[in-house]
Amino acid sequence: MILKDVIKILDADVIYSEDPAILEKEYIDAFASDLMSDALALILDHNEATLLITGLANTQAIRTAEMLDLSVIVYVRGKIPNEEQIQTAKMSGIALLSVKHTMFQTCGLLYEAGLGRLND
Amino acid sequence: MIKHYDVLKDDYENAGKVSSDIKRTLKQLGLDTKTLRNVAIAAYEAEINMIIHSLGGDITFELSDEGEVILCFDDIGPGIPNLDLALQPGWSTASAKARELGFGAGMGLVNMKRVANDFHIESSPQGTHLKMRFSS
Repeated sequence: MILKDVIKILDADVIYSEDPAILEKEYIDAFASDLMSDALALILDHNEATLLITGLANTQAIRTAEMLDLSVIVYVRGKIPNEEQIQTAKMSGIALLSVKHTMFQTCGLLYEAGLGRLND
Repeated sequence: MIKHYDVLKDDYENAGKVSSDIKRTLKQLGLDTKTLRNVAIAAYEAEINMIIHSLGGDITFELSDEGEVILCFDDIGPGIPNLDLALQPGWSTASAKARELGFGAGMGLVNMKRVANDFHIESSPQGTHLKMRFSS
């Protein structure tokens, strides 16, 4: 699924995205958590093609994405990062989306559309 | 190449900056993606631990001529009372503030041990000393 479709399915606001090419980039999986240690422990494969879904709108979510080579963070429950966090994301080329849905709804919508079904 | 960084107790505002610098430096030096990610994960977990749990300390990062990455984390206390428990997945003594940051799941040392090729830790009330090695 390309990022443009993710944005459409989730009716997401694009908070930050520098390179327009990322909209055509293919994503195959997602990891949803507010615990960054879990993300650091469990995102093991396809990192460049994995979305991080979180309600944690702080710098550590962006740092976690940076360490894991993730290129997109989807903030749920309408969370929006502040300017300092956006600057941190900018330095690492991480796109930031915000959606009104809960984490559960966000995961459900993306899964229903085919994301994360690596073993199907 | 050797770099040193100072880390202050409870410096949540700057948490992750050292790990970010280590990752950028190694990326510029052309380290392979997998090793780079493992170093970054371990450095970040250890840096966060130092900020959350210690009284402060320093981080040393070394890239040997043979391409081995060595990370050392040395703090000035108060030490880990029970290392065996701290190395168990899910064991945590993190504060509410640490949990607010998205940490304190009790996975830090477990994660570091998983990604490092060599992991050595010793701790006393005078300080905790952690050394990890990574090779491609």
